Amino acid sequence: MKKDFNTLSNVIRLPHKYAAGPTFTRFYNGLKEGKIYGTICPSCKKVFVPARSYCPDCLKNLDEWVEVSQEGEVVAWAYSDREFFGMPGKPPVVIALIKLDGTDCNFLHLVGGIKMENPDEVKSVIKKGTRVRAAWNDEKRGHMLDIRYFEPVS
Amino acid sequence: MEKKLDYMILTDEIAIPYENAYGPTWTRFFKGLKEEIIYGTRCPKCGRVLVPARSFCSRCFVETDNWVEVSQEGALISWALTEYEYFGMPTKPPFIGALIKLDGTDTNFLHLIGGIDLSDPEYVRETVKNGMKVKAVWKEEKEGHILDIKYFAPVK
Amino acid sequence: MGKPVAIIGSGQTHHGRRFDVTYPELVKEAVDAVFENTGLSPDDIDGVVSGTMPSMMEGVALTHFYFADVLRSVGKPILKTETCGSTGISLAFTGYYWVASGMADLILVVGSEKMNEGDSQATMTTVLEPFYQRFFISGAPGIFSMQSQEWSVRFGIPEDKVRAAATRISLDHHNDAFDNPYAHIKKKLTEDEINNARIITYPVRLWDVCPNSDGACAMIFASEKMANKIGKKVSWVKGLGYSGEEYWFGDSDKVRWQCAIDAARQAYDMAGIKNPRKELDVAEVYNPFTFQELLFYECFGFCDFGKACDLTLQGTFSREGELPCDPSGGTLCTNPIGATGLNRVAEAALQVTGQAGDHQISGAKMALAHAMGGVDQYNGVMIIGSEK
Repeated sequence: MKKDFNTLSNVIRLPHKYAAGPTFTRFYNGLKEGKIYGTICPSCKKVFVPARSYCPDCLKNLDEWVEVSQEGEVVAWAYSDREFFGMPGKPPVVIALIKLDGTDCNFLHLVGGIKMENPDEVKSVIKKGTRVRAAWNDEKRGHMLDIRYFEPVS
Repeated sequence: MEKKLDYMILTDEIAIPYENAYGPTWTRFFKGLKEEIIYGTRCPKCGRVLVPARSFCSRCFVETDNWVEVSQEGALISWALTEYEYFGMPTKPPFIGALIKLDGTDTNFLHLIGGIDLSDPEYVRETVKNGMKVKAVWKEEKEGHILDIKYFAPVK
Repeated sequence: MGKPVAIIGSGQTHHGRRFDVTYPELVKEAVDAVFENTGLSPDDIDGVVSGTMPSMMEGVALTHFYFADVLRSVGKPILKTETCGSTGISLAFTGYYWVASGMADLILVVGSEKMNEGDSQATMTTVLEPFYQRFFISGAPGIFSMQSQEWSVRFGIPEDKVRAAATRISLDHHNDAFDNPYAHIKKKLTEDEINNARIITYPVRLWDVCPNSDGACAMIFASEKMANKIGKKVSWVKGLGYSGEEYWFGDSDKVRWQCAIDAARQAYDMAGIKNPRKELDVAEVYNPFTFQELLFYECFGFCDFGKACDLTLQGTFSREGELPCDPSGGTLCTNPIGATGLNRVAEAALQVTGQAGDHQISGAKMALAHAMGGVDQYNGVMIIGSEK
């Protein structure tokens, strides 16, 4: 039994200006120079990346900055070929958690520079523990995607 | 307290699409507008005529499926002239938003007052008065939308 | 009524255009302040309540997730409340209910907003559905102007008297803000400047309207056991009331505004207040618009309907008057929507514990805090007292 219904199509558009604050500003400026910065907690000594202004465990303000390694291991990854409205970038993408050497949290970014027509192609190259390295855009603007993606270290 | 701004600001725009279901009540109400009819529904318990038509009375919590064609004339209850603009405003200024008590109904209908020169606020204030009689003026082309009624104009 | 509930401390951020910090960093300022104020640590807290206006204001949905680290809610139960303008009062209510139920001893309650990161009118418009009301309710000023206009015409109050009373309110509050270290707008104004300011929606002019403020407020609600342990002067929740009307703006009379009248009456009944103007020492009324503040005085029984203008012009509601209203400058000078209602509760608590500093009302023992939410849809009132 076919039901007949109407819908009202509408798009809500809302503009935003997100304050980056001193910490993200310094982190983004680091990306502009091809550097990845982290901060160290004076209490628990954990290294956080991206740089944070406070330690979520000790709730202390963090002002000790360190340039972290641009290489690390893949901890987990997911392959996505679905497009959704307003997606930043186009599928397929491989989203990954990467443990950069010398840090204490997992960095969320993309894996790329590999064949990714389908998940099997990715699986043959990327596993938990695969070593990857940041690959940068030539033009940098102080944005998380100045790092185009992390690619396997050959 | 304003601190000196030498920190970055990330500018972005969120656009999210929606498909809102009209449901049977709005569908029937808007079909009515297409035919230049304003529908209300009468509550069997309290007897109030609710407009736009509703599927239930929010005071008695009973279904209101007694549909009535309501008058297109009524008294102006309150109004405000809007001249400022913000991002994505659905109705562009200047316009007069108003509450109108259509004759024979028991809720105030939210719509526009029009058919008068809005360029001079002084003139508007002298012309638009609470209690004055207004009447629906329709668009030529109707699409089953609340603005099929162009506005309510003062009755001479 | 549940178990007695105390307010043992609060923390407010400096309000303004806070592009110097990210949103969570701003919230952290208020949270750090309340822990410093009370001498407690995050580990003492049993649960957290977070609140904002529609979180699309800042472009991040369900901000209590985003704030988990700064609220120190990791490993704790958390609730989110969003009731638009009345969010702050709803936050206070939620903290109160949680402790009054006997299921918690210490609840952290945090309201926040970064109005300047988005477009407040565009965001507020999404409170209305896209079939009908969204086309006519274009932002807050239109609604409040309609309401004020209907009120002044119904009670036959001459336009110039309404204008004079609104100007008096604007002058008083903008002056009061200078004595509130956290207030946003601190501007010396003259009557002339207020009367001739740019029109927003007639009769509302620029200085009749609140600013868009960034800020956060944190408070800790405590059981009697904890209040006794804390070793400092605390205040007590004596009464509360909250009431709302239909979604349809035209369904209820917004002049004899029943939900405002009922919210106050519920709170007064619980607190045992019969004559609010005499028994309250200070009232922090939610006042984003000067004209609407006059109507709130009437709905809350501070005076008869139609009489608020006369009493305002006599100075009844000024700082030296019989019932000082908004000695903090109120929402008119500082409006971070998700925190605003909570700021009213924080100010009321500061007043009755003698901690309001330069804007202290001498001898204050009983205070009212209030906030309104939606398109004139909901009102909440809380009575705070110095004795249990």
